[in-house]
Amino acid sequence: MHTAEAIVPAPAADTVVEVQNLEKRFGAFRAVAGISFSVTRGEIFGFLGPNGAGKSTTIRMLCGLLTPSGGTGRVAGFDIRTQTELIKTRIGYMSQKFSLYDELTVEENIDFYSGIYRVPADKKAARKAWVLEMAGLTAHRSSRTSTLSGGWKQRLALGCAVLHEPPILFLDEPTSGVDPNSRRQFWDLINALAGQGVTVFVTTHYMEESEYCDRLGIVYRGELIALGRPRDLKTTHMTDAVLEIDCERPHDAMAVLAKIPSVKETALFGKGLHAVATEAGPAIAAIRDALAAERIGLARIERITPTLEDVFVSLIEARDRAAGAQQEFRR
Amino acid sequence: MWERILTLLRKEFRSVLRDPRMRLVIFGLPVIQTMIFGYAVTLDVRHVPLAIVDRDNTVASRELVTRFTGSAYFDEVARTFDDDEARALIDSTRAAAVLQIDAGFERRLHAGQPAPVQLIVDGADSNTARYVVNYASIIAATAGNATALDQTLRLAGRTLPVGSVDLQPRAWFNADLESRHFYVPGIISLLVMLISLMLTSMAIVREKEVGTIEQVMVTPIRPVEFILGKSAPFAVIGFIDVVLVTAIALLWFHIPFRGNFALILLGVALFLLSTLGIGLFISTVCHTQQQAMMTTFFFFFPAMLFSGFIFPIANMPAFFQWLSLVNPIRYILVIIRGVFLKGVGFEILWPQCAALLVLGIAVMAIAISRFRKTLA
Repeated sequence: MHTAEAIVPAPAADTVVEVQNLEKRFGAFRAVAGISFSVTRGEIFGFLGPNGAGKSTTIRMLCGLLTPSGGTGRVAGFDIRTQTELIKTRIGYMSQKFSLYDELTVEENIDFYSGIYRVPADKKAARKAWVLEMAGLTAHRSSRTSTLSGGWKQRLALGCAVLHEPPILFLDEPTSGVDPNSRRQFWDLINALAGQGVTVFVTTHYMEESEYCDRLGIVYRGELIALGRPRDLKTTHMTDAVLEIDCERPHDAMAVLAKIPSVKETALFGKGLHAVATEAGPAIAAIRDALAAERIGLARIERITPTLEDVFVSLIEARDRAAGAQQEFRR
Repeated sequence: MWERILTLLRKEFRSVLRDPRMRLVIFGLPVIQTMIFGYAVTLDVRHVPLAIVDRDNTVASRELVTRFTGSAYFDEVARTFDDDEARALIDSTRAAAVLQIDAGFERRLHAGQPAPVQLIVDGADSNTARYVVNYASIIAATAGNATALDQTLRLAGRTLPVGSVDLQPRAWFNADLESRHFYVPGIISLLVMLISLMLTSMAIVREKEVGTIEQVMVTPIRPVEFILGKSAPFAVIGFIDVVLVTAIALLWFHIPFRGNFALILLGVALFLLSTLGIGLFISTVCHTQQQAMMTTFFFFFPAMLFSGFIFPIANMPAFFQWLSLVNPIRYILVIIRGVFLKGVGFEILWPQCAALLVLGIAVMAIAISRFRKTLA
């Protein structure tokens, strides 16, 4: 795709995941529409996007669970089409659905994956102890997995995925359905693993989680629409000014703002509004006038640094406008 | 390789045995089925409820009635002179047959004339009706012969040898023609098929449904390891059930066992190739356990009906006879019944063993190739 080509980063020396024009079609539907990127050793690489954007499909192709329809890719130096069995020895994977055996105990699940991954006999006990310790489950080692809370299940799943000490870890929405505290603990574990040199590829749709990533790709409708460090995304991909407006009746205010030509977008944000404009100064003046005319009390209006959510929303809306225009044109 | 298979095996046994419903399927079902087939499913016709309409009421007619009711095959349930009442008895199935002797029976008999006796049979159940007619004919013929012999003797006034053909049938292997001896060993084959088919397909589809299979598929496990690890436990359970049903058959129902048990185990091992293969195949076309269960039964019932388990294959139309050649139950039934009742050995049963081997390898090959594709 044209946009994907434009954002291909120069391949680094220590590249562990590399993808060129990767594509997956299900019938007429293009779940992944030609994406290219690379991930370097020890990096936490995030894939941010709404549900159905193609995040899981991409991860499943990288793990050898799905065969790509087009494009090429290498994981740990092995081809994702022909060397999936080799890839599987180098990676750990955690799917978005909890997928350990509910009817087995914590310890039995660990033993199971330890056996399937053929962890050497002399290391088995140490790895098991490490997982139990890491997940905080030492006291619950004999509990049925079905009785564990979400956070525990998720840490156990992570433990089972890294029993064989893989250099690359794929996490597909690992924190969905887990309370914020457990989510925070989970990210501490991910950071610790990355600190030991493990490359982490993680998908998410939580904005605040994506801030923890070293680098972030934003995917939408099967395409990679932005790629970079979270800090850079906020500056380079957001040339427009973001204004934070604290006013009365934000719903009515939104309707008023929509009529101002210099305001490109408005969105409810907390108790107030965020508005996007090309130039901050003239837009602020126009908004003050318009709200005064409608007798809507304005407490505060100022330009702010965009959040990742602003970037995300702005990129997606720009993309939708472009797609809409294209359709108009075709007609 | 073996480490992974053993790991899967251990896990599979834990999962299955921890589930109380599964425990019931594995150990309860064989006992219940054996009891049902041992007691309830019998084609032996005995104690047929018989209504009597004796309008002659003479020594000869009463003697004929006694010949019927005195046998083990008929029980007198009513005696009437009313045709409508006799009809009502049949309609309400209180009687399965009516024996009607008209006035003048004894007179005609003594005059050496044919003495007609009417037997009305409830033909709705054609199988039972056929037996009833057979039994009644034999009884009537015996009575007729006795009368004829008696008369001849009296006329001649002396003993004279009456030449007659005397057929003395002997049913080998099942002297009393007890259908229980035929059905109970056959249950082994049905149970092994049902259990191995259902457990294999359900166990794999369950992992698909819950999502655990994905976690296993990203490990470097090889398809052959997965397949062996997932099917071997159910083969073991199949063998346990064979022993269980055999024990019930011998100790409870006293079914004769004349052959070598090892031959049955060999036959079951070959038979399991097919059933596990079919189970595996079902798991590749189903996405939920419910679908797997339905598909299992959809396959199981025709397979049972066209196997010779109840209805002889020789009675089927040619097309179904051909079709039954690919039915593994057909062969294992011959092996099991042969070993149980006839005590025959491998030198007789090798064609069945060979058929099961060929069939099993073919089914397994198809299932495994399909399985690899769906996993990829």
